[in-house]
Amino acid sequence: MPGFDKVVNSFDEALAGLENGMTIIAGGFGLCGIPEGSIAHIKKTGVRDLTIVSNNCGIDDFGLGLLLQDKQIKKMISSYVGENAEFERQFLSDELEVELTPQGTLAEKMRAGGAGIPAFFTATGYGTPVGEGKEVREFDGRKYILEESIVGDFAIVRAWKADRYGNAIYRHTAQNFNPMAATAGKITVVEVEEIVEPGELEPSQIHTPGIYVNRVIKNSFEKRIEQRTLRSA
Amino acid sequence: MALSREQLAMRVARELKDGYYVNLGIGIPTLVANHVPEGIEVMLQSENGLLGMGAFPTEEELDADMINAGKQPVTAITGASIFSSAESFAMIRGGHVALTVLGAFEVDVEGNIASWMIPGKLIKGMGGAMDLAVGADNIIVTLTHANKHGDSKLLPKCTLPLTGAACIKKVVTDLAYVEIAEGKFHLIERAPGVSVDEIVKKTAGELIVPDSVPEMTF
Repeated sequence: MPGFDKVVNSFDEALAGLENGMTIIAGGFGLCGIPEGSIAHIKKTGVRDLTIVSNNCGIDDFGLGLLLQDKQIKKMISSYVGENAEFERQFLSDELEVELTPQGTLAEKMRAGGAGIPAFFTATGYGTPVGEGKEVREFDGRKYILEESIVGDFAIVRAWKADRYGNAIYRHTAQNFNPMAATAGKITVVEVEEIVEPGELEPSQIHTPGIYVNRVIKNSFEKRIEQRTLRSA
Repeated sequence: MALSREQLAMRVARELKDGYYVNLGIGIPTLVANHVPEGIEVMLQSENGLLGMGAFPTEEELDADMINAGKQPVTAITGASIFSSAESFAMIRGGHVALTVLGAFEVDVEGNIASWMIPGKLIKGMGGAMDLAVGADNIIVTLTHANKHGDSKLLPKCTLPLTGAACIKKVVTDLAYVEIAEGKFHLIERAPGVSVDEIVKKTAGELIVPDSVPEMTF
């Protein structure tokens, strides 16, 4: 009887059920807080025609950029892309569909998707190419566009620690899109640096309650730094 | 003389007030952090989820889980908070950030801003710029007054796809400080040694020039 125990021991188990054509919501900002293990495993499985919802698309040889190498991604929904040459090539040759979405709208699309809200009005994007073709409503004299929320077949998330029940906390700015992504997957996979026993995490400090989480897996992370800028001591 | 990038940042920094929460965009806006006036405290918001952004880390402090919106490693100041992207944009879109400083390609007399997309060139995306443009009541746009061919970037109507509509009221360029109201640019200050004539010549949108236009001092 596993009860609430969400821990799995392999990425085969963590991503069981992943099929061609599915939508995957991924946490992370740049290369910070990305679910490295799930991405690597998706590459290994070779599933194709994926729609990936993620703020960015990694770089050529790391992060979601890995899934471009074998053309596994059909469509990207992101706010900022093109930090890698293969992305640029596939985008310019129409092999890859890209839906550019303002960063706050993207976060809200995930949050709303996870919260059962099908759409919301926002001022962001009104009067710009983002607002074209979208319903406009005026509230208190200001114009807003209707944006639809997003739910994924899978959400792939990176947290710092989780207990066996899936209660998770994030480390520093590796939090970013991960908490919203965690709520918005039909199946949510959380990979963590450390699995602890229920009760070890302070209940009031949990970022992602276990109710959103289906599978927890321990992983070790490379944590590559995209822009290395230092000051001298 | 047109303002240097540092002088431009210094001029923008004079708009900072004690207790302000501020979001600085990439480029010249980032430099504003180096010129916070003596005796006031501001807290920098980074839209990836950090309020209270500090300096770049030393080699010893470097932590891959601690970055800013430009994806550079950073530190947090004492009293900082860290949160999700949804929380971060709730602050921005909810109007809780006191001042936002954004770079741009063009602005126009209606307060429109174009900063993210040049048709025909590779489009990388708007990131958080569209949210920032509509979220803050108080936005300062920094840009050069004209391009290297002398073509104005302060226009009657933006020619590039917009980042935000009717949201900009203050513009600091290398030549002038200009405000936008009632469908016109209003010249407020000029860079040291820059003539009103030159500013008029390089402003394509309608520009209201008062009798006296003070020079910025540095």
